Parts: sequence; C-alpha cells; structure tokens
Amino acid sequence: MIGVGEEAPDFTLRDQDGEKVSLSDYRGRKVMLVFYPGDFSPVCGDQLSIYQEVKPDIAEKGVELVGISVDSFFAHKAFQEKLGIDTTLLSDFEPKGEVARAYGSYIDAPLGFANRTLVLVDEDGVVAWTYESPNPGEFPGANVIFDALS
Amino acid sequence: MNDLRSAAIPPVGPDDHVRGEGEEGVVVYADLGCPRCAAEWQRLREQPGRLVFRHFPVASKHPRSPALHAAAEAAGRQGLFFEMVDSLYADRGRVDDPHLWERVEQWGLDLGRFEADRRSDAVQTRVRGDFQSGIRAGVTSTPGVFSFPPG
Repeated sequence: MIGVGEEAPDFTLRDQDGEKVSLSDYRGRKVMLVFYPGDFSPVCGDQLSIYQEVKPDIAEKGVELVGISVDSFFAHKAFQEKLGIDTTLLSDFEPKGEVARAYGSYIDAPLGFANRTLVLVDEDGVVAWTYESPNPGEFPGANVIFDALS
Repeated sequence: MNDLRSAAIPPVGPDDHVRGEGEEGVVVYADLGCPRCAAEWQRLREQPGRLVFRHFPVASKHPRSPALHAAAEAAGRQGLFFEMVDSLYADRGRVDDPHLWERVEQWGLDLGRFEADRRSDAVQTRVRGDFQSGIRAGVTSTPGVFSFPPG
C-alpha cells in the first residue's frame, strides 16, 4: 500500500462516460480514491450506496470522491445507473489494474482486482491518508472517511 | 456541518422505538425498502428481549425508502409505529401512497395528521438523526444489528 507523504502516482483513466480523467485534473483539491473489487458484486453496491448518502457532507469538506475498479467504463455507467449514484467511477481496465498496482491496492491472480482501499490525496498531489481493508469482503464505513477528514 | 466521525451507537433512550422488554436486546439500523431487512425482520421479531428500530434509509439504492421511513414515523406519532413497520416489511409490493393511506384508514388513524406529519421537518430530522448515528457507528449494510449490552 502506498505510504502517507508519498507523491500520488498520476494516472489517466476513462470515466463512466468514456471521458479521460487524470489525477492531476484534481490538483488544488482534495480527492478520496476509493479502490474496490468490481461493479455489481454485492458488497461493492452497499459501499458506494452508503457513500452516496453522505456525499454532500464529504463535498462540504472540500473532498471529491472517485471510485476505481478494473471494470470497463460501460460497466461503470450501468452500475451508476443501477445504484442511482453520481460518484465518478474510473476504469482501471487496460492495462488491467495498473493504477491499483501503482497504489499497492491490487490483488493478483486468481482474484485479479483491487482490494477495498481508500487513499486521500491532498491539494498538492501528496498521499495524506490511507486505509486498507483486511479483505475484499469488508469495506470501511463512511465514518472512517470522516475520521480521516477531521 | 454534520459531525459524522466514528462514535458508538447512542444508548437506547425514551425517544427510541422499542418493542419487547428485558435488559438485553438488539438495536437494528434498518432500511424499510431493503429486502434483506424484510427477511431479517421476521427473524428479529421472534427473538426474546428488546428490539429497537432505528431508521437507516439508503435512498440511492431504494428510492422509496425515505417516504416509507417518514410514513412509519408518522404512524408512530399516532401510536402505531411497529404496526406500520411490520406491515411494510410483510407486504413490500404495496408501499405506494394509496397503499399507505389504505393502511392508515384501516387502522383508524387520522389521515390528515398522518399526511402532515410524514412531510414535517420534525419527522425528517428524526429519520436523519437515526441515519447519521448509524453512519457514525460504522453501519455499512442493512440491517446493521448491535446487541446490548455490548459483548
């Protein structure tokens, strides 16, 4: 897992609408990267749904929430619509999991997806805080995010 | 600005919706639109001890939930909170407004008062307060069940 104080690796991934999004686009703002295993898996649905309910409170603290998984951006679009969420979802699709690997969040074969991890990147593009779930089946409650932001 | 940092669930108090008696029991953060909660509710109802219901609507996932929680709270203001919860979980296909009104009329409640209460700031505040306490306690899916006394 990437360490606090390290420079957050820049990346360019496509969002749910197929638009390219780079981490450096967020320079000057705080961004919480939410790595998760995959769209439509049962626990992921609850995680992003719960965060959606408190997204205004997160935004009030000047933080953008961005989800990242290895799914295609087509899947991200369908997932957003199914869940009724508007969190930006980025596709770490090709090379598969390259961004998750750069942040130390990738779980290799046979799983082949990101563990549930949170990375807070500050306005200068530096890692300010991280959280790593003990396993992909558990996700951090929204309270963990607010503890980090306080 | 809401304080949503980690905190233990608030102790069971006089404002809580409590069914049953005893020193032990469970606090359930439940979503009235959630099928898992509906299934689990049938089991929880039969357990001994106190059963405490706290509102945890996940609106993005179940868009009808906020209205159902407001309806339950409004029915509660006329003394029939758990009747409404039981009914909404038991009959999940009949949760539109006409179905709510039908229940209210069958139970002999004041429909005008029910309608005003479920749209009131007081009810919204109550539901939101429960929800936020669940967030602070780390509820990550529904139902979120906490035993008391702890451990």
